[in-house]
Amino acid sequence: MSIVENFDLFAPRLINKKELLSPGHRACSGCAEVLAVRLMAKALGENTVIASATGCMEIISSMFPTTAWRVPWVHVAFENAASVASGIEAGIKALRKKGKIDDRYVKVVGMGGDGATMDIGFQALSGAMERGHDMIYVCFDNEAYMNTGIQRSSATPMGASTTTAPAGKVSIGQKTWKKNMPEILVAHGIPYVATVCPSYPLDFIRKMEKAKSIKGPSYIHCFSVCPTGWRCPSHQAVSMGRLAVETGVFPLYEVEDGHYRLSPDMPKKLKPIKDYFKGQGRFRHLGPEEIDKIQEKVTTEFNKLKEKAKFLKTGNV
Amino acid sequence: MGKRMGMEVAMAVAEAVGLCNIDMAAVYPITPQSHIAEHLSDLVANGEVDAEFVTVESEHSAMSAVIGASGTGARSYTATSSQGLMYMHELLPIASAMRLPITMAIANRAVSGPLNILNDHSDIMPQRDSGWISIFVENGQEAIDMSIIAFKIAEHQDVMLPVNINIDGFQLTHMVEPFEMPSQEEVNKFLPPFVPHATLHPAKPVTMGAFAMSDYFPEIMKAKDEALKNSKKVVVDVFNEWGKMFGRNYKLVETYKTDDAEVIMLTMGSMGETAQMAIDQLRAKGIKAGLVKLRLWRPFPFEEIKAVIKNAKKLIVTDRAISFGGPGGPVFSEIKSAMYAETQRPLIYNYIYGLGGRDVPVGDFIGMFERVIADTANQLADTYEFWGVRE
Repeated sequence: MSIVENFDLFAPRLINKKELLSPGHRACSGCAEVLAVRLMAKALGENTVIASATGCMEIISSMFPTTAWRVPWVHVAFENAASVASGIEAGIKALRKKGKIDDRYVKVVGMGGDGATMDIGFQALSGAMERGHDMIYVCFDNEAYMNTGIQRSSATPMGASTTTAPAGKVSIGQKTWKKNMPEILVAHGIPYVATVCPSYPLDFIRKMEKAKSIKGPSYIHCFSVCPTGWRCPSHQAVSMGRLAVETGVFPLYEVEDGHYRLSPDMPKKLKPIKDYFKGQGRFRHLGPEEIDKIQEKVTTEFNKLKEKAKFLKTGNV
Repeated sequence: MGKRMGMEVAMAVAEAVGLCNIDMAAVYPITPQSHIAEHLSDLVANGEVDAEFVTVESEHSAMSAVIGASGTGARSYTATSSQGLMYMHELLPIASAMRLPITMAIANRAVSGPLNILNDHSDIMPQRDSGWISIFVENGQEAIDMSIIAFKIAEHQDVMLPVNINIDGFQLTHMVEPFEMPSQEEVNKFLPPFVPHATLHPAKPVTMGAFAMSDYFPEIMKAKDEALKNSKKVVVDVFNEWGKMFGRNYKLVETYKTDDAEVIMLTMGSMGETAQMAIDQLRAKGIKAGLVKLRLWRPFPFEEIKAVIKNAKKLIVTDRAISFGGPGGPVFSEIKSAMYAETQRPLIYNYIYGLGGRDVPVGDFIGMFERVIADTANQLADTYEFWGVRE
């Protein structure tokens, strides 16, 4: 029995009871992204400042004059959450050093969706990570521009139908492979990169806590099921996230100082991706040949990752 | 006591900012701002300025980072120019709406295309409606003084708005000029510590930059407009305070031989000094010429402008930018709207000049006066002309 199946047993002891993202926000029912954001806030605790990009999580949590946030939170624009977070980190560092604010350690977090992170905010994120700020950046990846109406991004997987890369008589929908963002961040040589999914809350929280404990930049890539955009029933948000992991579409792993480690939640044998595709309207148009092609890519990528975990594991120098 | 010295103006600006106990600066290099960035980083590297110096990867991130830092209550500074300012554009109205007292130097430079690195005002003009306080300086001493004064205006409890200081690129930033640099003690006395309204810190969690739709948005816009208009009084007070302490008195609108002037010229920025020489030469010829120098661009000093130009017969507004397909230069447009309801007002002429760093010597200013005086049929009034442009 895995930890996830024993969740009810472990959860009360391991998860912070304090809700730092309060109920009453305006997310869609079944939104796995807001579940992930809530878990993130729980894992990081009160000594956190969050800079959010424009996007679903921003508009559902900060409708003036209300706010769902019980930690300091700021939104400035779409493409600059990482730069804003880097400025907050610099500001707090300077003020703390000069004794102008409480002498306590505060973790600064930048957050954004896949569009805000992998497309329009790519440069700002790369800069902030390269400069070595003591901050975490979390990408909540729901694989398209959901806030503006399900347009394709560089995170949209091959074959998915979106409103700007729709499936049609002469199109399979998205014609490009998903950009491998965690690997790009690994290439920055930062201390910690991890992938998480709120369907695995304990793995999620452990990795957040790890990122919090690291003095320097960390990047967390969070797989966030969007029932609205993916056209799947809202009650399947959690199980769909599990299927993404179990099929190897979204493997859970972490890279600490260049050393790879697959999450213990990863199954020994992957399920076929058709199990994951069949519940989602965005893949409904795909035929067996197209699915086979994608299956081959998923298998290859997962094998590459396993090789890295084998040869670049902690202890190997 | 301050110290008499000579130095390149850009470096002197960095020295002056260094006296202001800044906590954080985020700067991306661009000609002709780069000497400000370089010298400030020297001061930080040598421990003379105790601040976090964030070498961002773009101007967009420079403004984003100072917004974040200012949100924590840190005194935050940046500097840019031209394309860099255009790249920041998206964030400028956000900084003012969030009421963050950021201070920014702009080494004014022509906006591309074609690419050009020399001075005009086409970079700041598209930022006019961003809700920032906008000051133009005429010489090195003013650039230094305003760099210090700006923090006090921005952080004043009745203002809490960002301020930009416009320093003509090359024509000012790269000049070696003599000036008086205030001492650290004097600046400490003049500039109190920044006391923010609210900060991004877990000691008291707040939400900043919230999402507002039509039920609140118009009120927030009106509040910003009121705040900017009300800041004029504080600008005057802080200028007066500076004058008392340092003996250098600044007004929103400076005048030179305007009392009996029949024809007045209006300039903004470093061209004022050249124009002033033209006034002396015209006066020597018996022409009643005068000069008005506009120091405060936003909030626009309507009353002060009206008071000094209303008695002239003709007014020559000079612009170093153009509103393409519009009324002419942006300063011209503003002055015309200021005078529209006045029963007694001069005929207003407009020259677009010095674009992309084209030199404008004293003789050109005299030429503008002569052309306007010769226009006895008033045919050129209320129109604009490019000055010194080949056809």
